[in-house]
Amino acid sequence: MTAVQDHTEEHDVHAPPPRRRTGLWRLLAPGWLRAIWMTALFGALGVGLVVGIRASAGWRPIIDWEPIITAAFLTAAPIGFLAGIGAFDYWLRWAFGFPTQPEDHSGHGAKRWTDYFRINTDHKVIGVQYVVTTVFFFLAGGMLAMLVRAELARPESDFVDSQTYNELFTAHAALMIFLFVIPAFAGLANYVLPIMIGAPDMAFPRLNALSYWLLPIAGTMMLTSFFFPGFGAGWTNYAPLSVDQPFGNVFFSMAVQWAGASSIMTALNFLVTIITMRAPGMTFWRMPLLVWANFTTSLLVVIATPFIAGSQFFVMFDRVMHTNFFDVVNGGYPLGYQHIFWFYSHPAVYIMMLPGFGIASEVISSMSRKPIFGYRLMALSLVAILILGFSVWAHHMFVAGMAPWLRIPMMITTLLIAVPTGIKVFSWLATTWEGRINFATPMLWALGFVSMFVIGGLSGIFLGAVPIDIATSDTYFVVAHIHYVLLGGSLFTIFAGFYYWFPKMTGRMYNETLGKVHFWMTFLAFNATFFPMHIIGVQGQPRRVYTYEDQFSEWNIFISISSFVLGASFIVFIYNMIVSWARGPRAPANPWRANTLEWQVSSPPPTFNFDEIPQVVGNPYEYGVPGAKHAILNGDREAATETATEEVRR
Amino acid sequence: MRAGSLIKVLLVSLVFAALATAVAIFIPWLPDQSSKEAERIDFVFWFVTAICIAIFAVVAAISVYSLFKFRARPDDDSDGPPIHGHTGIEIAWTAIPLVLVIAMIIVSSVALAQNDRVPDNALRVEVWGQQFAWTFLYPPSGKVPGEDEMACVERDAGRIVDGCKASPNLRLPVDRSTRLYLSSRDVIHSFWVPEFRQKQDAVPGITTEITITPTETGSYRLICTELCGLGHALMRTRAIVTSAADFERWVSSRTTPGGMS
Repeated sequence: MTAVQDHTEEHDVHAPPPRRRTGLWRLLAPGWLRAIWMTALFGALGVGLVVGIRASAGWRPIIDWEPIITAAFLTAAPIGFLAGIGAFDYWLRWAFGFPTQPEDHSGHGAKRWTDYFRINTDHKVIGVQYVVTTVFFFLAGGMLAMLVRAELARPESDFVDSQTYNELFTAHAALMIFLFVIPAFAGLANYVLPIMIGAPDMAFPRLNALSYWLLPIAGTMMLTSFFFPGFGAGWTNYAPLSVDQPFGNVFFSMAVQWAGASSIMTALNFLVTIITMRAPGMTFWRMPLLVWANFTTSLLVVIATPFIAGSQFFVMFDRVMHTNFFDVVNGGYPLGYQHIFWFYSHPAVYIMMLPGFGIASEVISSMSRKPIFGYRLMALSLVAILILGFSVWAHHMFVAGMAPWLRIPMMITTLLIAVPTGIKVFSWLATTWEGRINFATPMLWALGFVSMFVIGGLSGIFLGAVPIDIATSDTYFVVAHIHYVLLGGSLFTIFAGFYYWFPKMTGRMYNETLGKVHFWMTFLAFNATFFPMHIIGVQGQPRRVYTYEDQFSEWNIFISISSFVLGASFIVFIYNMIVSWARGPRAPANPWRANTLEWQVSSPPPTFNFDEIPQVVGNPYEYGVPGAKHAILNGDREAATETATEEVRR
Repeated sequence: MRAGSLIKVLLVSLVFAALATAVAIFIPWLPDQSSKEAERIDFVFWFVTAICIAIFAVVAAISVYSLFKFRARPDDDSDGPPIHGHTGIEIAWTAIPLVLVIAMIIVSSVALAQNDRVPDNALRVEVWGQQFAWTFLYPPSGKVPGEDEMACVERDAGRIVDGCKASPNLRLPVDRSTRLYLSSRDVIHSFWVPEFRQKQDAVPGITTEITITPTETGSYRLICTELCGLGHALMRTRAIVTSAADFERWVSSRTTPGGMS
């Protein structure tokens, strides 16, 4: 820890900023100008490479757009962009033996708004970059959902054609999962987690910057897929259908690689940060539950994500390189795709839920003014979900035609997950019991999450029981279930986190009235939209259809109208965030009177978080315990030692 | 927990249980029940529903009660009592769900095993999915589709074997089990008749199986539930259940086609 401490103390005296380059030299400085020409250059090199290989090997036609776009525009050009914006500068200088630039921390902190648009190694700036980018993709994905509901408002096909419809719901899911829920949690944790454990930054700040910049690349690919034309095989992208899809499908396959690489880098960064950079005294059993949640999530990410990368590479190879992973005639095995895909994508459900559990624990404890109930069991149930989460993937395949006996063990593990999840729900409720509950907006979202997640969890039990799953699989019942879990669960906790840490991140307070309006509008419209889907699902409306029987038309028009209200509720959110960020009242350091470390520093925190690494002396949720302290900051050390000795004496 | 609040929470739970039961009973959830398998699946459905209503009622009652009861006054800056946990309660809410989960696993496994049985006198029908239509093939007696081999279609040639009869909709005799053998000629499809509940994917390259024992004559929607391309929403036909005699008459009147369209 001494090394870290010395490092931090230096920062009061900043090294002089690097000399500004002028004229044509600016083209060589890391930034957007260099990114533009390097993207073009790498794209051109990619085209040249593919055409050159094809010409020299005598393959006809020489200009074949599928491999050209895959290699040049989905692989080489993004690398050029990353190199141009400056993501690799330090490493490349080091690798090629050039003198590395001494770390002057000019890449740390944001003094102007333009600092958010360049490579920045400050975890707080990166956290804000993540959050703003993911909100953008959330709005894009939400617009797609509005178009889906517009088509489904009437039974007949009257708004978009079949291909467009398939592309709409596919891109909706892909954006929400890969560009919103997963990175939004990563962004929030990026901001608060290092402060929570008393660290000046993440373990690998340059890797952190790189993992952020991979996201806009993945998102741009998913959005541009519509023009090629899009991919419409569902976000699950099941083979062999995905292999026959229009070319946009490769955009998905590659976007998943970029987003997945970003996830893995961030997860590694979190793991190393949590393991090695905790402040003195911050033992594992003193870590806030958000840190526990991101620790377990990161383990899920690093172990599982390579599987979806593999599954998408196989699909892409089948298309672009004419391999036979899923081509039955040549010995391919379509069910293999599903096994590999779900080996990631079921743990991904927990990747999208465990950080939310962490946020809910923070908010519910501090807003109930009570210690979290059963802290150790809360942490251990995260670990139980982590382990069980890897043993349930085939419950997505109960009707898929895999070995029938495999359904029983998968059902057992699936239903067993209800136990640790139930422990968490009951513990949150017990935490509010006899508390002094402050119903500020973050608390509304956190409690809204608990209640919606209970419904999503119970419908999950229906789907986990094989006989019921056989009847309801691939119907709107499943659509209802995933939205209760991912919208009522993940999204609600993300909003709890956004509102809870908004004062910390921006230094300003959001508007409480608008926050409450947003919550109630979303909460009611969400239930009106998704609860009826359980009913039409059980009654027999399959998912992923653009037209349906007249018997479902009444519920569907009701669902569509509710969904438009749900969509409109986010306008309130955006308005509140923008106006409050610009003109909201200044936030105090600790508006929620919370104990965790991020609230013990100013809002927003100083560039390196702490003037001096704090000394952790107790648990993070000791509300109501007389004289309890989580940590000692800034020279309070002697005073604290005195108090401690005094207490011992007493 | 004081006895007074315990009783209040119990009362609120009963209200929520009544509400949830009303939702379960008065909304027509399940489609008509037209097969033996549907009866077993529906039993599991209502068994799980009953357990879920109980859990939902308790959780909803505790949340709603504490929301009203433990709301902080506007100027109340005090903290709640520092309760860190309670080993007994924590053991209880680990053990009770565990027992319920085991009960649901047992009930589900029994229903699944019963629904997977193939009686000796079962009718055997091959189901082929292709973008975007179903073909149902009735093998002549003596020919039995198996794990790897389909009796009516040569996989490589895609030709229908002599003696097999083809139909674009599924005809079944009432009160007799039928074992369906499913496969696909292109991408993955999924066979579903909501009134029978049974669903099974048709996967290219392998044969999958389900049993259906219709209990009511009639004509039912038969739909594809696995996204299979542009015409997925339109990949629908009918399952027609008739008396055994009508079924025999229908089979003998079918001509045997030479190829599969």
